[in-house]
Amino acid sequence: MARIIVVTSGKGGVGKTTTSAAIAMGLAKKGHKTAVIDFDVGLRNLDLIMGCERRVVYDFINVINGEASLNQALIKDKNCNMLYILAASQTRDKDALSQEGVGKVLEELSKDFKYIVCDSPAGIERGAHLAMYFADDAFVVTNPEVSSVRDSDRMLGILSSKSRRAEENKEPIKEYLLLTRYSPERVKLGEMLSVEDVQEILSLHLLGVIPESKSVLNASNSGIPVILDEKSDAGQAYADIVARYLGENKPHRFIDDKKGFFGKLFGGK
Amino acid sequence: MSLLDYFKLSKTSSASLAKERLQILVAHERVSTDQPSYLPQLQKELLEVIQKYVNVDKDAISVSFEQNDHQETLELNITLPEDQTKRF
Repeated sequence: MARIIVVTSGKGGVGKTTTSAAIAMGLAKKGHKTAVIDFDVGLRNLDLIMGCERRVVYDFINVINGEASLNQALIKDKNCNMLYILAASQTRDKDALSQEGVGKVLEELSKDFKYIVCDSPAGIERGAHLAMYFADDAFVVTNPEVSSVRDSDRMLGILSSKSRRAEENKEPIKEYLLLTRYSPERVKLGEMLSVEDVQEILSLHLLGVIPESKSVLNASNSGIPVILDEKSDAGQAYADIVARYLGENKPHRFIDDKKGFFGKLFGGK
Repeated sequence: MSLLDYFKLSKTSSASLAKERLQILVAHERVSTDQPSYLPQLQKELLEVIQKYVNVDKDAISVSFEQNDHQETLELNITLPEDQTKRF
């Protein structure tokens, strides 16, 4: 049986797709057969972040409608043979997703894969609902910023009441906090909510902090998940997150402002 | 801004303001999303029934819902008018 992870946030633009791509690649690189699915029907972007946009022939909706088999629609990643991508449809609208259809696809994938990463669209409508409905674990991607924290809290309420696990009275979805675009310098100046602040408000288990980093845009520009940029801070932060999720003991990094006086004088980011 | 102000660290930071606002908002929103959706309608209908017998106004009634681990409590509070002659 596969473990189903939903990457969610409520708010848009906080790094869900970047995180989905990085986490899926990280799990696959660790030797676990992983599928990553784009639930953002009509506004697909995971293919672009994964660098496989020109190889999409069949998509998620084709599979749900029986127009293509799962094997035809799954795209094997060019960097890692343990990773497969299922793209969203770009021409259909979000109503093309049905709970029954999504359930069937996930069930079929579960037979063959160890992890299934569901990249949720923003908002709390159908696509977002179906992305989290079947999940076992939820990665709640949050920026240290008021609207993102508020939306994450709203998402937590939905995760605990509207999921399959909630409806079947099973053990609830395990929720983890991923704080992205974090800037320790600004936290130190009192200009940004700290990790502790966000954790206190959301009462969530922290899986990791991704620092604000130039490498994220560089990675998306070239269609390579940022976790493969092993020299970058964001890449290392995602690698830590994957390791922690798999039970390894990794101390948190990128939370404190390490730059010294000279670093501040000369190393402006 | 004087030179002294520049060295004052006690100035309220925007981050602490954000935290305070969020804590209030999140606490409030958690209560309202946890309560059953029939609550506003229940409150409205109860008010209509009570108003048939007692001259109370809209604000005199409050319905609250609380949920603990093992039980749910529906609390209904009606403030009756002090002046007895107002009753009919």
